[in-house]
Amino acid sequence: MSEPKTPPAPAAGGRASTKKELPEHFKAYKHVWVYIEQERGQVHPVSWELMGEGRKLADKLGVELGAVVLGAEGETVRGAVAEAFCYGADIAYVVADPVLTDYRNEAYTSAMTDLVNTYKPEILLLGATTLGRDLAGAVATTLLTGLTADSTELDVDADGSLAATRPTFGGSLLCTIYTLNYRPQMATVRPRVMSMPIRVEKPVGRVVEHKLGVVEDDIITKILSFLPDRDSNKANLAYADVVVAGGMGLGSPENFQLVKNLAASMGAEFGCSRPLVQKGWVASDRQIGQTGKTIRPRLYIAAGISGAIQHRVGVEGADLIVAINTDKNAPIFDFAHVGIVTDAVRFLPMLTEAFSKRLSAHSRDKLAS
Amino acid sequence: MHIVVCIKQVPDSAQIRVHPVTNTIMRQGVPTIINPYDLFALEEAMRLRDKFGGEVTVLTMGPPSAEDSLRKALTYGADRAVLLTDRFFAGSDTLATSFALATAITKIGETYGVPDLVFTGKQTIDGDTAQVGPGIAKRLGLIQVTYVAKVADFDPAARTITLERRAEGGTQVLKSKLPCLVAMLEATNEIRRGSMENALRAARAEVVKWSAKDAGVQDMSKCGLKGSPTIVKRVFAPSARAEKAKFIEAPEGGNLADALIAEVFARQPNLEADLTALARGF
Repeated sequence: MSEPKTPPAPAAGGRASTKKELPEHFKAYKHVWVYIEQERGQVHPVSWELMGEGRKLADKLGVELGAVVLGAEGETVRGAVAEAFCYGADIAYVVADPVLTDYRNEAYTSAMTDLVNTYKPEILLLGATTLGRDLAGAVATTLLTGLTADSTELDVDADGSLAATRPTFGGSLLCTIYTLNYRPQMATVRPRVMSMPIRVEKPVGRVVEHKLGVVEDDIITKILSFLPDRDSNKANLAYADVVVAGGMGLGSPENFQLVKNLAASMGAEFGCSRPLVQKGWVASDRQIGQTGKTIRPRLYIAAGISGAIQHRVGVEGADLIVAINTDKNAPIFDFAHVGIVTDAVRFLPMLTEAFSKRLSAHSRDKLAS
Repeated sequence: MHIVVCIKQVPDSAQIRVHPVTNTIMRQGVPTIINPYDLFALEEAMRLRDKFGGEVTVLTMGPPSAEDSLRKALTYGADRAVLLTDRFFAGSDTLATSFALATAITKIGETYGVPDLVFTGKQTIDGDTAQVGPGIAKRLGLIQVTYVAKVADFDPAARTITLERRAEGGTQVLKSKLPCLVAMLEATNEIRRGSMENALRAARAEVVKWSAKDAGVQDMSKCGLKGSPTIVKRVFAPSARAEKAKFIEAPEGGNLADALIAEVFARQPNLEADLTALARGF
């Protein structure tokens, strides 16, 4: 860690703040924290993905990995705490109170900022879910610290600063963002951007229980009801094994059916690139990329998608990427493993038929021919 | 009733090009638009105004040219437009931006009446952070409700609002009190066509222009780069995979689709059995 020679004065020039001059009162901030997100009794898998990443950062820094669990007292919180240790936590910080039964910004922001101010972590990571982004924005503003949204890569550099990389300019370039002189350094990461760490059975370790600083009467917002999504409407894109997606190369909204057909022939999920959502051709929950879903399937087939960075960061975790595009110089061929230079509209029906034929064969022996 | 809608003028991202050699954004000639997500916020605000009376003020922070977006908002039917523009705001990150906008909203309150509601879009298409809405709410001490799919009920007399909020795995229905900040989800409504009357009014209307000082900013160190805790150290294009894609072509007398499938299953040997099992299950 570099020690400033002079007391940190308010930055004089516009760019002076790009030097690391961590104020004295922030030097006590240590350890990496991950927020373990629960909604309605379920821990969101992104929390475990972040634990894997948090573990790496903590080991590099030589500090502890803390798991933050907020919720109503009872089995749910206890279960999440126990799991957190199996995913690498050294310590768990828990605020358990009936006021925290359902997510409400006011109560959760209070709990989280209170924990941070009391136990002082240097890094705080949250999932970029609807809950995580709502909470992170409020917490960062309350603490007046920096927050990098939707990071696609996290690292600590030589002087121990968090380097958070994310797409920028509408997803055309990547940038690396630092919060040098404020603590904690906060970042959110989308589900599936980081790989799931291996769970190792471990006993519950140290648990710090902290009291919530607000009571129900302090909270203005009341939950009237919760309407769960119907399963039939739920696109399970993020966790699908095979995904087929279409882009502007399809030419018309009607041709998107060709993508759906191929997906159906393989039992795959279907998705699309951002322009199709912006044009209103496909519903937004099918969007793949930086501002949509991040996927890590075993096979990803991209049809008529050019491969802008904002799309690339959402699919790079796929084991095998097959791209179909008429333009052999399309950026998608820079990160696809297998390419076909042809018109997707013509090719997709043939591929659908070929897959159907091959997969409906009765034995594997027959398939070999 | 007074509603403030925060909008942002953004480059039409579909048109952004990256310079092939320098890897910098080529901004010249890129058309700008109102951030598409903000239009859902503007429409929702105007619907409430049309039903319950009152005024809608649109606010943006940006270069002088952002006046174009404000005039567009007036064309849609906003009652008043305020442009916050000052070189002190240059380089603002989300924390500094929320400070500037919150200060301006306070000033709008003093000048034109305290807002009952502040609307924003879910996020912008250039920054994509979704952080400025929560930032404004926290700085003004407003209740914050983000990812709102529907204003289910609104009672100006009781000063309550019932909102349907998109959550993980479902929809939260929650009731809150005014004043509050609502960040609208996309596809929740459709922006109206601007009327001829509004177009004429927008062309003549005065867009209120405030510098940092005009807006009541006392401490300039909270603005722009100085007020931004995050620092962008490096902007770069991702490198191509070391190995380029292997291009598959139709074999002599064979079929391209079969050739592709053979390649896929050769690379993912277990996938075929799993997909076959899945196909049998249908």
